[in-house]
Amino acid sequence: MADPSGEPPPEAQASPPSGQSSEQLDLGPGQESPPVQGPYQPTLPGQGTPPAQGPYQPTLPGQGTPPAQGPYQPTLPGQGPYQPIQPGQAPPPGQGPYQPSQRGQFPYEPYEPRQAPYQPHQPGHDTTPGQAPYQPHQPGQSAYEAHQVGQGPYQPLSQDPRQSIYQPHAPGQEPYQPQDPRRSIYQPHAPGQDPYQPQEPRGSLYQQQEPMLGPYQPFVPGHGPYQPHDPGYGLYQPGYSPYEDEIPDPEPRALAIQNAKAYLMKSSTKSGLNLYDHLAQMLTKILDERPINAVDIIENISKDVKWAQFQKKMDTLHDEHEMLPTFELAEKYKALFLKGTGEGGDQEPEEEITDSPLPNVMETAFYFEQAGVGLSMDENYHIFLALKQLVSMQPIQTCRFWGKILGLEMNYIVAEVEYREGEEEEETEEEEVIEEGGKEGSEDKDEEEDEEKEDEPPKSTYKSPPVVPKEENRTGTNKFIYFVCNEPGKPWLKLPPVTPVQIVAARKIKKFFTGRLDAPIVSYPPFPGNEANYLRAQIARISAGTQISPLGFYQFGEEEGDEEEEGGAGRDTYEENPDFETISVMELVDSLSNWVHHVQNILMQGRCSWINPSQKSEEEEEEGEEEEKAEEPDEPQPEVGPPLLTPLSEDAEIQNIPPWTSQLSTNLVPQYAIAVLQSNLWPGAYSYAVGKKFDNIYLGWGHKYSPDNYTPSMPPPVQTEYPSGPEITEMNDPTVEEEQALKAAQEEALAAAEEMDEMEEEEDEDEDD
Amino acid sequence: MDAESLPYALDLVAGGGGGLSSEKRAALRASLLLLRRDYRFERVRFWGRIQGIRGPYYIAEGLGGDRAGPRSRLYSLNCVEWSLLPPATEEMITQTAGLKGRFQGDPSYEYDPIEKKGEENERIYEEEGGPMIKEEIRLVATIDQIDKAVGIIPRGAFVKTPLGPVHENRNFEGLSLTEAKKLNSYFHFTEPVNLKNRTLLQKADLDPSIDFLDSLEHDIPKEFYILEGHKIPACNLNSAFIIIFFWILEHPAGEGRQPGGSEELAVARTDILPHPHD
Repeated sequence: MADPSGEPPPEAQASPPSGQSSEQLDLGPGQESPPVQGPYQPTLPGQGTPPAQGPYQPTLPGQGTPPAQGPYQPTLPGQGPYQPIQPGQAPPPGQGPYQPSQRGQFPYEPYEPRQAPYQPHQPGHDTTPGQAPYQPHQPGQSAYEAHQVGQGPYQPLSQDPRQSIYQPHAPGQEPYQPQDPRRSIYQPHAPGQDPYQPQEPRGSLYQQQEPMLGPYQPFVPGHGPYQPHDPGYGLYQPGYSPYEDEIPDPEPRALAIQNAKAYLMKSSTKSGLNLYDHLAQMLTKILDERPINAVDIIENISKDVKWAQFQKKMDTLHDEHEMLPTFELAEKYKALFLKGTGEGGDQEPEEEITDSPLPNVMETAFYFEQAGVGLSMDENYHIFLALKQLVSMQPIQTCRFWGKILGLEMNYIVAEVEYREGEEEEETEEEEVIEEGGKEGSEDKDEEEDEEKEDEPPKSTYKSPPVVPKEENRTGTNKFIYFVCNEPGKPWLKLPPVTPVQIVAARKIKKFFTGRLDAPIVSYPPFPGNEANYLRAQIARISAGTQISPLGFYQFGEEEGDEEEEGGAGRDTYEENPDFETISVMELVDSLSNWVHHVQNILMQGRCSWINPSQKSEEEEEEGEEEEKAEEPDEPQPEVGPPLLTPLSEDAEIQNIPPWTSQLSTNLVPQYAIAVLQSNLWPGAYSYAVGKKFDNIYLGWGHKYSPDNYTPSMPPPVQTEYPSGPEITEMNDPTVEEEQALKAAQEEALAAAEEMDEMEEEEDEDEDD
Repeated sequence: MDAESLPYALDLVAGGGGGLSSEKRAALRASLLLLRRDYRFERVRFWGRIQGIRGPYYIAEGLGGDRAGPRSRLYSLNCVEWSLLPPATEEMITQTAGLKGRFQGDPSYEYDPIEKKGEENERIYEEEGGPMIKEEIRLVATIDQIDKAVGIIPRGAFVKTPLGPVHENRNFEGLSLTEAKKLNSYFHFTEPVNLKNRTLLQKADLDPSIDFLDSLEHDIPKEFYILEGHKIPACNLNSAFIIIFFWILEHPAGEGRQPGGSEELAVARTDILPHPHD
């Protein structure tokens, strides 16, 4: 604000010495001070008469005051006639006198400083230079000058009829008008307005000279009366045309503008921002970025600008980088790609020479991807590397990517491995694990026994069913060892071997996995063990249900004949059939009998090969059997399940839902299609086969499908507390009649007895006789 | 997920095993575009897949100018030829509520409502005379229910304009990590039910242009949704947005609402954030 105000005056001062032409421009500013003369006007009233003389402009020269305007007249080229007069008034001196006149109005000069704030307007009043031309016209209105200064060019405009005239007349005004509003804006910025000043005077010149001269004079006198009221200008302003508004109220307008700006610049108590800067930034941003349809997204731009500011502040507050959880994971992934970490790196080449147990995960993934299942290729590769890590860490004979079980918090990636034979270390480890598993079971038992002891007084007759022994490693449900990890790159954890009890219990419950192996399984019926055991049990069930291979790929070992003696399902080993002839894909798809299970069926007992525990356990098995009929209804007896390598066509349906869905991977290119089998019993289990290649995978929640929603089994009925017998059985009390009848009967009996006695006595007597 | 960004989006949700084969991906890429042209949709989204016994249904939906407005749903058996599904009605939903078992994969398959409903209430006996229910109807009802239950969007991804229609928020740049971990940063993308019942005090902080939907925080049970925590910033593409994806679960308790219980729902839907810019 201060700058604009400051600049014009210097110009004004500088200009007077300069030539007249420059004076015009300069005069503007010079007259800017005259607007100062708004206050000046009161003095004018003293000259009130001269205004009346206004019409007499030609005569003006005679008037002392007009000479002060004399200097302006020379500036007015159009007012040739006046010039001679004014020169007579010694233009330079005229200016001299003029300025002095202002100076002479020393009392007013103090106003000038006041107006200094207005000076910003003064640039706006550069129009006043335009007034310079008027003044010659209005010289008679020496008093008017004040008016004119204030309203100078506008006076013509001030009167509506004139405006109507001007606008059409003076194209110059049109530009002029817009300028005025600009000025109001720019005035604060006034330094930039200098360019306008010259323009404005021009406009003022044109407008004023031609049309104004005539009309003005008559009006001028009209203004005469106002002059005395000058101080009251503010009141009139509203009544004036917009032009007048601008003109008459340099001060109020400036005030309003100042107030508005002050308001805009008021910084928010919340954010510390102010609207003024914000708008400026927005406009800068828009002009910089030139978005399309900027008006539609202006709100968003505003938001962006604000956000940008806030973020900066945030940065100063928080120097720490956000630690995304992905960073940690990325670190793990990266470790997978680093080659030759110590021993592992040395061993790799050796193992590559020999048969590596590492499965070709990517090839499998390729086939499953055709089937429309599987993980993303990235994840597959991570798993691939993780398996490689596992293989290098453990003495593993065979290894396979079993699948992925989804959990609530984390997922499990499951690897199915078989240790090399004769790995004593590993076996001992296994044994330890087994012992642990056994301990868990035995602990349960102990607890129960303890409870029984504590409860001795009533002496429960309940005997926990004899525990079905766990199957040995490398047989049945424990044929393979399973490792899991939550993410490729995280350590592989070995799952404990499964026990039949766990499998039986797992069949009765349905729980989501959490992703933490040590999470407790809270369920009814209670599950013996934690999530690791549950996971292992589900893996065993899924494997038994969905691990399949094309018919003939595996065959029974010839030497295994002895095992048949053990039972129908006795054969639990198989070997690859070297003479396997590939089954065409179409046949695989068309007939399920071309597929066989190569994992033993799990009996109701929870084992693959039946073992005879005590009698009581069988009862429970039967109970379990009823529940599981849907799964294995084709079991004639609880002891015998379908033998190994049973075709899938033997699988049972669930409520008309076929257990398997077979498809070609593509119908468009059948010659390269692969056969895909999808299990409807275990959603998420898929198998593919093409040529000699096949594989199984499970990707899912680890839940078996049931057409009905799962409902936990009801608790058993309350047990009887004591054996009921006649002695403690409650009976109705005898009625009176019954009692009487009883009494009568007793009396009769008594009487009869007495009679007998009498008889005997009589007999005795007789004998005696 | 948007048809344009489908291949990329599929990769992100493949962690659950629900991938698409290359053939289907390629087919979708072409057929969805044509869908958009033929039906004059403004946007086509691939909704998901519903497994049937004989084969899966692939579902797509087309959106008009109002993203929250009525949407057209289409199904396909081969990802190439699409058929329009009728809009879901209350009647369809009640009709199919009793149906159980897996989808057959054949839209013309007819369910016998009597068999199922005979076991239930007397009221249903009255409806016994009703016609057989086509699987297509069940499909419509199921999709609608799934959408209502688990169609969710992150807060701020869509804005409601003063005139009513909802459209993408082009300035949405994803949720920050802290925001993304909160359930109240996600909204049900359906007609709000609970919003009107909230008190003025609760509404005070809501931004009417953004918070015009129900948030997830009041859902029961709490574990209905799982944020895959470690995957949240799974991809920070040009640092422009953060991808989040969800695994939608079945009700652990199995309310019986969701037809067929588990796997239909578990397999059916994974959702992904929209791109801020196409």
